[in-house]
Amino acid sequence: MDILYSFLVAPFVDMWGYPVFFAEVVINGLLTGVMYSLVALGFVLIFKASGVFNFAQGVMVLFAALTLVGLMEHGVPVWLALALTMVVMVALAFAIERLMLRPLVNQPHIILFMATIGLTFFLEGFGELLWGSNVKKLDVGIPNESFEVGGILLNQFDLFAAVTAAALVGVLVVFFHKTAIGRALRAVADDHQAALSVGIPLKTIWVVVWSVAGIVAMVAGIMWGAKSGVQFSLSLIALKALPVLILGGFTSVPGAIIGGLIIGVGEKIGEIYWGPLVGGAIENWFAYVLALVFLLFRPQGLFGERIIERV
Amino acid sequence: MTNNGTSLLAVNNIEVIYDRVILVLKGVSLEVPEGGIVALLGANGAGKTTTLKAISNLLKAERGEVTKGSIEYRGERVDRLTPSDLVKRGVIQVMEGRHCFEHLTVEENLLTGAYSRGDGRAGIQQDLELVYSYFPKLKERRHGQAGYISGGEQQMTALGRALMSRPKMILLDEPSMGLAPQLVEEIFDIVKRLNQNENVSFLLAEQNTNMALHYGQYGYILENGRVVMDGDSKALSANEDVKEFYLGVSGEQRKSFREFKHYRRRKRWLS
Repeated sequence: MDILYSFLVAPFVDMWGYPVFFAEVVINGLLTGVMYSLVALGFVLIFKASGVFNFAQGVMVLFAALTLVGLMEHGVPVWLALALTMVVMVALAFAIERLMLRPLVNQPHIILFMATIGLTFFLEGFGELLWGSNVKKLDVGIPNESFEVGGILLNQFDLFAAVTAAALVGVLVVFFHKTAIGRALRAVADDHQAALSVGIPLKTIWVVVWSVAGIVAMVAGIMWGAKSGVQFSLSLIALKALPVLILGGFTSVPGAIIGGLIIGVGEKIGEIYWGPLVGGAIENWFAYVLALVFLLFRPQGLFGERIIERV
Repeated sequence: MTNNGTSLLAVNNIEVIYDRVILVLKGVSLEVPEGGIVALLGANGAGKTTTLKAISNLLKAERGEVTKGSIEYRGERVDRLTPSDLVKRGVIQVMEGRHCFEHLTVEENLLTGAYSRGDGRAGIQQDLELVYSYFPKLKERRHGQAGYISGGEQQMTALGRALMSRPKMILLDEPSMGLAPQLVEEIFDIVKRLNQNENVSFLLAEQNTNMALHYGQYGYILENGRVVMDGDSKALSANEDVKEFYLGVSGEQRKSFREFKHYRRRKRWLS
């Protein structure tokens, strides 16, 4: 009975007893979740438009961060380094379309998936070659001070990340729904063949979508890099993005955001309130277990595109 | 063929091979005159869709390839272009089975058809109204998701989407598929009106031989990747073989099942 009580009742009593602390945990989780969402977003974009699961998204985050840091180390001012990194990411998109996607057109998805694994190794090595392999500190001038609102401790940097992510999502939503090229992207996601038949050129679409994913990766890279330093383990956050995608649905932009938030909050709450009972480290596996549950009961995720079945 | 006008589209003896091994078209030639409706008839697997896709250059996306012959549109060879280049030149395909973008609204579907156009918003808006004037039902459903509208409405959406590219020629693949007879007639009527009012030429692949010959001026019959017969619609409809094999009537009157023949006449073109 004691065990049951400590697992099923005590944590909630704690939450109720110290609401300010609980709010802090939740907000902390939300902000971590935003970071996951940023990475997951890049996956969603490419998966939507080409059905390719881009294994290299994580390393693109790293590559963007490395490029930015490398440029800044050479004395390039922040704004110029940002612009140049963006140019590099777009150039990368062109190169990927020309050298990887175009020769592999009409191949099964699994082949393209493997090609993105190859891309992962290439980018990792190429980044190392260009900018070296030591851990770098990224400081783009985002304020990083804590302050208190109603007894809750907040961090300026985390808030900045949240606002950036929100803005990015807003821009993407407008882009997808209000512009001709965004509409074309959604059309391609729905039906490749039909998109081709109405004269939408797939090559352009791929370049656009990889560019956008590259820029999203850059934003994610800046946030993660500024938080925990630019190092090669950064590419591993791609693995955290995977459960986010399963939760939110591979094809949904809002899904990626909300999936990220749920996982961020879930793992923080789990860690703080249940962690001590099982000896900690819930944070490390919570996301994957949740993903597994979702795969069993709702494989298209929370917001994945409904498979429309007409009867 | 005996058209006296200039031909808009000419397919000259093309051979199509899928996956480098499967020979599907074994020398198909046909012509579509400016302002004409030409029917491409034949059973399943005869090569109708492949012919259309060869023209619209959609074959490459299915690992098919035109290995011999040529395709000319207004005297220009087009068999090495991309589909989007061809749409810009005014040739667009409406694929078999509608292929609407299910998660887009009807109106968004229509707008994707205008993707390759260079002219501004005003022209596109004007054409949107034009499409709605031909398909008033679509205007009612404009904000509905295309995945949830009826089959007839989807066919209309697909046709309207093609119209948004301001085509000179539409390659229409099996518009009657899965539709009720009165809907089929409605669609064909609209095809005819588009042909007359908007001066759009049609190459129409159909299994519904009766309908296709009724609305088309000229017809080609495909069998096993070859054109086995062609002629203007009246001649084809009157032909005994066509009647027997494609229109399902033979002799002067309908037969009762009691007298049902257990053999079929030999196709004359197989000799």
